[in-house]
Amino acid sequence: MSVTVYVPQDSGALSMGANAVVSAIEKEAKSRGQQVQIVRNGSRGMYWLEPLVEVATPSGRTAYGPVTKRDVPSLFEAGFLQGGKHALSLGPTEDIPYFKNQERLTFARVGLTDPVSLEDYIALGGYRGLGNALKLTGEQIIQEVTESGLRGRGGAAFPTGIKWKTAYSAPADTKYIVCNADEGDSGTFSDRMIMEGDPFTLIEGMTIAGLAIGAKQGYIYLRSEYPHAHRMLDYAIHKAYFEGYLGDDVRGSGKAFHLEVRLGAGAYICGEETALLESLEGKRGMIRFRPPLPAVSGLFGKPTILNNVISLASIPIIFDKGASFYKNYGMGRSRGTLPFQISGNIKRGGLVEKAFGLTLRQLLYDFGGGSLSGRPIRAVQVGGPLGAYIPESQFDTPLDYESFAANKAMVGHGGAVAFDDTVDMAKMARFAMEFCAQESCGKCTPCRIGSTRGVEVMDKIIAGRNREANLYLLRDLCDVMLNGSLCGLGGLIPYPVLSAVRHFPQDFGVKDVAALSLP
Amino acid sequence: MSSADISKIVRELKDKPGALLPVLHGIQEQLGFVPEEAIPIIASEMNITRAEVHGVVTFYHDFRREAPGRHVVKICQAESCQAAGSDALTAFVKRRLGVDFHQTTADRLCTLEPVFCLGNCSLSPSVMVDKEVYGRVNAERFEDILQEAKES
Repeated sequence: MSVTVYVPQDSGALSMGANAVVSAIEKEAKSRGQQVQIVRNGSRGMYWLEPLVEVATPSGRTAYGPVTKRDVPSLFEAGFLQGGKHALSLGPTEDIPYFKNQERLTFARVGLTDPVSLEDYIALGGYRGLGNALKLTGEQIIQEVTESGLRGRGGAAFPTGIKWKTAYSAPADTKYIVCNADEGDSGTFSDRMIMEGDPFTLIEGMTIAGLAIGAKQGYIYLRSEYPHAHRMLDYAIHKAYFEGYLGDDVRGSGKAFHLEVRLGAGAYICGEETALLESLEGKRGMIRFRPPLPAVSGLFGKPTILNNVISLASIPIIFDKGASFYKNYGMGRSRGTLPFQISGNIKRGGLVEKAFGLTLRQLLYDFGGGSLSGRPIRAVQVGGPLGAYIPESQFDTPLDYESFAANKAMVGHGGAVAFDDTVDMAKMARFAMEFCAQESCGKCTPCRIGSTRGVEVMDKIIAGRNREANLYLLRDLCDVMLNGSLCGLGGLIPYPVLSAVRHFPQDFGVKDVAALSLP
Repeated sequence: MSSADISKIVRELKDKPGALLPVLHGIQEQLGFVPEEAIPIIASEMNITRAEVHGVVTFYHDFRREAPGRHVVKICQAESCQAAGSDALTAFVKRRLGVDFHQTTADRLCTLEPVFCLGNCSLSPSVMVDKEVYGRVNAERFEDILQEAKES
């Protein structure tokens, strides 16, 4: 009898040799005359265990990991096809505490099955949300999104329902849905995991958005650093067209929705929504003045819903299970779940989908297991390169948008990058400025010139030249960038810089940080 | 590749809305870079100025102006990889290949480039060779990756 074995095709698993493991399993099975059916699933998000090989046994799926091609003969020796014990045994996959203690809504299907099997997607509840949405009017769809409390998961946390309502109310003959898949923030990979691990969810979410405002064309603006996600999306879109889930007549509704993936070209700024639109129009990724908002005048000057991957991928479950189901997760004004991502110097890096409100300490230690180096975790950058560095004294702050904002920090896209006590925070502050200088689109002066001056000032501080005066200069420069930049790049890069000075003054040679009166 | 070939790529893609990035990607996919002589061809086919094309080519880090080596090796320089030792890895790779960023080895085997995030942060530090990502890369693993590149 043939045994089903799961080996992920997620690019994280591939980066650790998953394809070689597949070849080794096929070869070994053949030489032993055993029947094996290999399914290339998405990742469960437990990256330190990748490649995570699962075997379907009569009592459920059991896991082994991390498996290298060299482990394969001994796995067969141990009878892993029957769930036999091996040094790499992890037991039933869904009993692994890291996985068991999550609340997977948006990621409910990721890792279970072949991500581009439309049959599996439907069998696991996919396209039920679209089915329900097709019975509603545009206004009713938007009402449901508003009631769910969903806020933009890209980082800015703007209420999704209000954005949709604005695009709905703007009169125009043509409207667009654009997905921001330019996931450029270091320490974030949840967008990638959805696109590789459950691409139909994103397609379904975008289709519902199209129905809501009467848009017939959608674009996924994907960063070029994600070639595997590109392949998976293209394949899934092709299938959705073939089966009538995309096209001129979506499921016989008489309504059209078309979808296309467009590649970015390595510019971080194109994750900013107006720069993204410029880029999608075939121009330099220079940001636009706002207003008008993209919801009123977006792509090619038309009303456009521009949402992050996770926001759009959270739509199907809201329409499948209802707004109140989704809203019951979370705390305060942060409703639902957020897929947190832990990385950097961490023992058990991966994706943790949880309701808002768990603490950074729970994320880093209960899930993450502490630093990979075994040294104390000294600083954690939350929310990407524009997010603040959090010191140990704030590890108990609950992860929700408002609590973090009160600490002059941001949850952003939910990425947390851990650094151990060997980190030099002055160097990280300099890096932030240097990154901004490299990636600035150049439209506004505070960002374009300020970031370059920021690098110079940081160099002087690090070299100990006229340190006190230069720290005041850095403070004033950050103040100008915070308040004078046109978009979030120049406007937020002071977050990592100022948080580094505020919480780790000794790295900057500062004795009395209060005297600096940082903004 | 002749200018007729470049024109052909442009003609296939130019009618998409906002076609310039797809056109440039199409050329780079075929040639490995966007040669100077492609710019006036694109401009004339798309009825835009050479300055506009030049502006877009030079804005984006992806578009190369010169032919790369047989393989393009990118080392992630972003925060997560820094936290996991990418500085030391980068120094090692530069020494090992005898090149700095944006340079190609004398044997034309690889071009070294920095990259900011490959989305493989839980398995930092990460390296990309052409379109393949490698996680938890150290000096020893890099040697294997290099060997693989030589053989392919």
